[in-house]
Amino acid sequence: MAKSYYDPADLRKFGKITEWSEELGTKFFDYYGKVFEEGALSAREKSLIALAVAHVVKCPYCIDAYTKDGLQKGITKEEMMEAVHAGAAIESGATLVHGVQMMNKYDKLSM
Amino acid sequence: MATKSLKARHNGLAEKNEQLKILNGGIFEEGELPYFKDKIALTGHYPLRPKKLEVFQINLGYMCNQVCEHCHVDAGPDRKEIMTRETMQYCLDVIRNTGAHTLDLTGGAPEMNPDFRWFVEEAAKAGIQDFIVRSNLTIIRANKKYHDLPEFFKRHNVHVVSSMPHYTRGKTDKQRGDGVFDKSIKALQELNAVGYGLPDSELKLDLVYNPSGAFLPGDQVAMEKDFKKALKEDFDIQFHNLFAITNLPISRFLDYLIASDNYEDYMYALVEAYNPSAVENVMCTNTISVSWDGWLYDCDFNQMLELKVDSKIKHIKDYNEDILNDRDIIISQHCYGCTAGAGSSCQGTVA
Repeated sequence: MAKSYYDPADLRKFGKITEWSEELGTKFFDYYGKVFEEGALSAREKSLIALAVAHVVKCPYCIDAYTKDGLQKGITKEEMMEAVHAGAAIESGATLVHGVQMMNKYDKLSM
Repeated sequence: MATKSLKARHNGLAEKNEQLKILNGGIFEEGELPYFKDKIALTGHYPLRPKKLEVFQINLGYMCNQVCEHCHVDAGPDRKEIMTRETMQYCLDVIRNTGAHTLDLTGGAPEMNPDFRWFVEEAAKAGIQDFIVRSNLTIIRANKKYHDLPEFFKRHNVHVVSSMPHYTRGKTDKQRGDGVFDKSIKALQELNAVGYGLPDSELKLDLVYNPSGAFLPGDQVAMEKDFKKALKEDFDIQFHNLFAITNLPISRFLDYLIASDNYEDYMYALVEAYNPSAVENVMCTNTISVSWDGWLYDCDFNQMLELKVDSKIKHIKDYNEDILNDRDIIISQHCYGCTAGAGSSCQGTVA
């Protein structure tokens, strides 16, 4: 058993989750594969969305995977960083928009 | 950025035995990953056998004006291995009689061979259907004596295949050297100016894309779309097809993988992406590769690993297509590079 919570080599073993629940694992990977196919959005656009979300949910495996995927798709580092900022802006916006709730509550409680 | 070949730097990986030791040992010897031989045996492809010969590929020498980080030839200005006119003469005899429909000249920078133009003129007379020269583009701008190459290629109806790792300056120069991007752009514009690469032109201009790092190429069709859009919009450049080629873990790319601690992950990625249907059309099944000194190989990669064909015909001077085609192809773990994903060959994807 590893002494740390995250081991980069574990990413290679992701597929093994199917071994302990074949039906759900298979359904998940089928769905996952389908999602990232070329559709109304290009596979390239989806890769950038995935990279932004990977940062927002702070998944180190996903960050490794979608940085590599971006490189494979010829996505530039400028595009990747802008995607990360888009994610970060939504995340900080989500915090700040709660400031309105704070303001509302403050006003309600104050004379 | 290196300015000398591994050979000139006396790097251990310039030796084929050192490379083969790595490719056959480590994660493969320990059983973490399967040997290529065992993997293809699962689908009945072992031993790998040639099909009809289609491509006759000649390496005119390892000398090059560039020292690219990923080069599987370990080419560079310091490499002096150059094909002589005598060996070219043997090649011409074969070209006139071969059943192959494609003649493919590579290097190094093949244009740096002093007999290059003579050889192209002679070979063009044989009337081979598709006559390819693999040009690194910058050679056209490297020296005045090469400036007329676009016209020369046109005169002999040569199909030009050129390397272009990315449509941005940063990525290109990082892999191929400072200034390579600007020179390549200029060379492509000159090729366009004489008619190469234009939509209805019979003067074929294709680009080769190699990933600039420890990752596999993406979808060839999608990459081609991106390249076409960017090169047209930014530089008014047009070309026909993009070939996405996987970097094989040998020579300078192997050195890079080990030095950057990416070797194991890269081999895992290649093995994971193994595609049995790519094995069907892997290029060693329809290609013969000739080295600067006339030896015969299953492919250009085996040539660099000095793995000569497993046939009693081993040299161009003894060439016999029928005997040669009745052989087992020599494989090792670098072959996973040609069977990953959509497959990879000098003509791009194969699956």
